[in-house]
Amino acid sequence: MLEIRNLHAKIDGKEILRGIDLSVKAGEVHAIMGPNGSGKSTLAKVVAGHPSYEVTAGEVIYDGKNLLALDPDERARDGIFLAFQYPVEVPGVSNAQFLRLAYNERRKHLGEEELDPLEFKDLLAERAKIVEMDAGLMSRSVNEGFSGGEKKRNEILQMAVLEPRLAVLDETDSGLDIDALRVVSAGVNRLRRPDNAILLVTHYQRLLNYIVPDFVHVLYKGRIVRSGGKELALELEEKGYDWLRDEAKRSEQSAVTV
Amino acid sequence: MATATKEKSEYREAWEESQRRAATVLPAWAARRRAAAFETFERLGFPTTDQEDWKYTNVAPIARSPFAAPRGRSLTAGEAGAVAQSLYAEAGRSRLVFVNGYLSASLSSLGALPAGVVVSSLWDALCGGRAEMLRERVGSAAAADADGFAALNAAHLGEGAFVYLPEGVRLEAPLHLSFVAGDEDAPLVNPRVVLVAERDSSATIIESYEASRDSAYFTNAVVEVFVGDGARLTHYKVQRESEQAYHVATTAAEIGRGGVYDLTTITLGARLSRHGVSVRMAREGAECWVDGLYLVGAGQHADTHSAIDHVAPRCTSHQIYKGILDGDARAVFNGKVFVHPGAQATDAQQTNKNLLLSPDARVDTKPQLEIFADDVKCSHGATVGQLDEEELFYLKSRGLHDELARNLLTYGFAEELIEKIKIESIKRQLDEAILNRLHARLEA
Repeated sequence: MLEIRNLHAKIDGKEILRGIDLSVKAGEVHAIMGPNGSGKSTLAKVVAGHPSYEVTAGEVIYDGKNLLALDPDERARDGIFLAFQYPVEVPGVSNAQFLRLAYNERRKHLGEEELDPLEFKDLLAERAKIVEMDAGLMSRSVNEGFSGGEKKRNEILQMAVLEPRLAVLDETDSGLDIDALRVVSAGVNRLRRPDNAILLVTHYQRLLNYIVPDFVHVLYKGRIVRSGGKELALELEEKGYDWLRDEAKRSEQSAVTV
Repeated sequence: MATATKEKSEYREAWEESQRRAATVLPAWAARRRAAAFETFERLGFPTTDQEDWKYTNVAPIARSPFAAPRGRSLTAGEAGAVAQSLYAEAGRSRLVFVNGYLSASLSSLGALPAGVVVSSLWDALCGGRAEMLRERVGSAAAADADGFAALNAAHLGEGAFVYLPEGVRLEAPLHLSFVAGDEDAPLVNPRVVLVAERDSSATIIESYEASRDSAYFTNAVVEVFVGDGARLTHYKVQRESEQAYHVATTAAEIGRGGVYDLTTITLGARLSRHGVSVRMAREGAECWVDGLYLVGAGQHADTHSAIDHVAPRCTSHQIYKGILDGDARAVFNGKVFVHPGAQATDAQQTNKNLLLSPDARVDTKPQLEIFADDVKCSHGATVGQLDEEELFYLKSRGLHDELARNLLTYGFAEELIEKIKIESIKRQLDEAILNRLHARLEA
């Protein structure tokens, strides 16, 4: 479904991704782990098409298409979804209105009929249950005045409404207490299907107790330095990320020796 | 100056024609005041950009154009169409329609009004039993010699409307005063509205301006509002003039003890518009809202000058103006709040926020506070910005096309003011103006 090859990207002139290779198939859940500043969030934003990031080399193929040639909204209509680490507040635009527009854009793209406000209200109420979201929040402005947990739930609610083929969850666990984490994870698990895929970006192993990945990749200084199964996450939990730095230092030193 | 003389003589021709008719019908004092005001107009001329209050708004095009007094005549199909568009369902049986400043009986519709309420043309009120009240009120909130525009309007006294609410009366339905510019060539229209709300009365007034076609004309309006002790007046001014027209208007209000005046102005039309708002609170406990939204695009210039006078103690003023500018639009906001000596426990808030949708748009904003009392709560602020890139990316990352995402954010910017409007059809009209103008496809 998603093929990332030798991806390089920079922001403000600074290279963050320095040659990412990653292959994600339908039905799979991949976790991207790594210390702060390793490029995890950048990878998520580049896949979604954030305009501040410049891809300098490499390619991203999504369903056989050159993803990098598409605008962020085209990617979204094609089924890519980014759950933001810091969901944006949009004053004056109601959740329900925004979500219906987004939903109908996707429906139109799929050649399906759009829903009117009443029909959509029912759908929204039903999906809100998945993340145990208070329906009263739907008439309020997008994320405005929401608690950190409500914002994260709202991201997963949007995912539940839009039913993406590839969902990229950027640090969805950050700032969640244990109850909220359980609700959000259960929501994500309910949206797991054989025909979609999930890319989980996380700093901590904790989330992976709830959303069990098929593959775990360790990102460090803009490259994937190790890949493995779910047990790799446990190993990281035990050893922390320091060994990465040691290893990197050793390889730098050996490079100097050579 | 030779040019100035020429401008004035063209206005003189129009005025003399109108004065000949007025002098035979109106009370002698009214005719005299008209003549005196015209002299004042000739003396003052139109303001120039040398004057601080007109620094950013150049009215030379108005002075140059030969606007003529409108002739009384029947309405064309085009005009009727414009009227139909402007009618607000909520005011279906309580509206006066003025074509080029003069009442059109056939387009107006007035159901039964509570005893003592007067809703009429100013002309009829001047000729009828209300002349003495008008003699006292006209020009008392908006001085005839404030500037050339005020003088020119006063020189044409008789166009426009008169509304009188006796003590304790409450009008249920909103009252709509619709000013339609007809398609006669370049008319000069000088409507004046005098609203008198006696003690403890309440009403909602809609004052609207629209055009029957995209032609050039000049509306020079003055609205005087008298809110009595404990009275509540909600006032909407909807300006949807033709995009070739000039619109200069003054809204001057005086609020009595514990009275409430809530003004919302919506500015969509005109090539050049200037709205001067003044609210004077000279009795304790008065409260006002003075809010506005201006939405202008290529070739348009919208100027708002407001002055709120806190004369008495314990008065409150709230002011939010928001501007949305596209193309090479220009806007000016100048908001003055004066807290006079002795106006203790004043609460005055003022905000002006502007959204520039194009790099060619420009706004000059200047909130001003002058405080001569020590126990006051005052704040003011102004912002000028563009759409937020992170918000835009967020919406697009959910599949919204660039244009739709921009429109939605623009709508979000204005939402605070749209939500304030309690008349659904005005709200709908505004929704459409924002979203259609920007080519959106947002359904209700």
